[in-house]
Amino acid sequence: MSAEMPNSTQHEIEHDVRAHPGAKQYLVIATILTILTAGEVAVFYVPALASVLVYILVTLSAAKFALVVMFYMHLKFDSRIFSGVFLAPLALAVGVVISLIILFRVLPQI
Amino acid sequence: MNHSAAIPVPHGAPHAETATGLDTWKLGFWTFIGSETLFFGSLISTYMVYKGRSVAGPYPHDVLNIPLTSVSTFVLLMSSLMMVLALAAVQRGDRRGTLTWLMATALFGATFLGFQAFEFTHFYGEGLTLSSNLFGSSFYVLTGFHGAHVTVGVIWLLALWVQALRGRLGQADALTVEIAGLYWHFVDVVWIAIFTLVYLLE
Repeated sequence: MSAEMPNSTQHEIEHDVRAHPGAKQYLVIATILTILTAGEVAVFYVPALASVLVYILVTLSAAKFALVVMFYMHLKFDSRIFSGVFLAPLALAVGVVISLIILFRVLPQI
Repeated sequence: MNHSAAIPVPHGAPHAETATGLDTWKLGFWTFIGSETLFFGSLISTYMVYKGRSVAGPYPHDVLNIPLTSVSTFVLLMSSLMMVLALAAVQRGDRRGTLTWLMATALFGATFLGFQAFEFTHFYGEGLTLSSNLFGSSFYVLTGFHGAHVTVGVIWLLALWVQALRGRLGQADALTVEIAGLYWHFVDVVWIAIFTLVYLLE
């Protein structure tokens, strides 16, 4: 089907959309996800890291989230419109979580 | 770049018949995922706001089992790997690979649900119910809705597996598997957030 497309359309596709990763790259991502998960559980058991545990865990969790969304859900390779449709509500959801935590947990203690 | 996953029409490729130039089904499904993000955002907010405010036990540190949940988290993460391998198989027209990886994904998802059923049963035995305290209410609602999503995903995957078995899921139907994959990976990323915020940040 791809071979039947006009050159201009083919060019648009190549410009906006790149080929998805192959099995090898998927395995590499899975390995990184496993290592990050093991790291999360490991730091949970280190008392010396208790004061910075929140920052470490949120960073590792965000990295895992980004890897799955970019590589397994193909947002890194697909049209940017899909990224916008997902990231806008995600930003709103994160904003709601942070706002409510500030309103109900931080401000009452000030 | 590995082009083994290439299919006749690349995903997200312009479709002359749509205003956006994108497949409307896929765009619509991404919009649905966006709405689901807000849904789980509200449930996570509720859990975080009520965290540590229960006046009666059991409390999170009394019941949460980190080693067990770490294993179930690993199982769900690996199911995402199986899912992308299923998609790659259907894209290259590999029927056997499609059947194998779709079933593996469904089995891993069912295993995760088994862990969750065990956890809920154990917690109930410890006295944590939906109405015992704020922790119980917010925990069961959040993880219960996630589990319901996983259940829907497993049923969807098994339906695709039956389609593939009957020879009705070929290379031309790759988008069908990709949409199911988007749902499955979304369920995975929601759990990534829940595992950190609910279990590890006790």
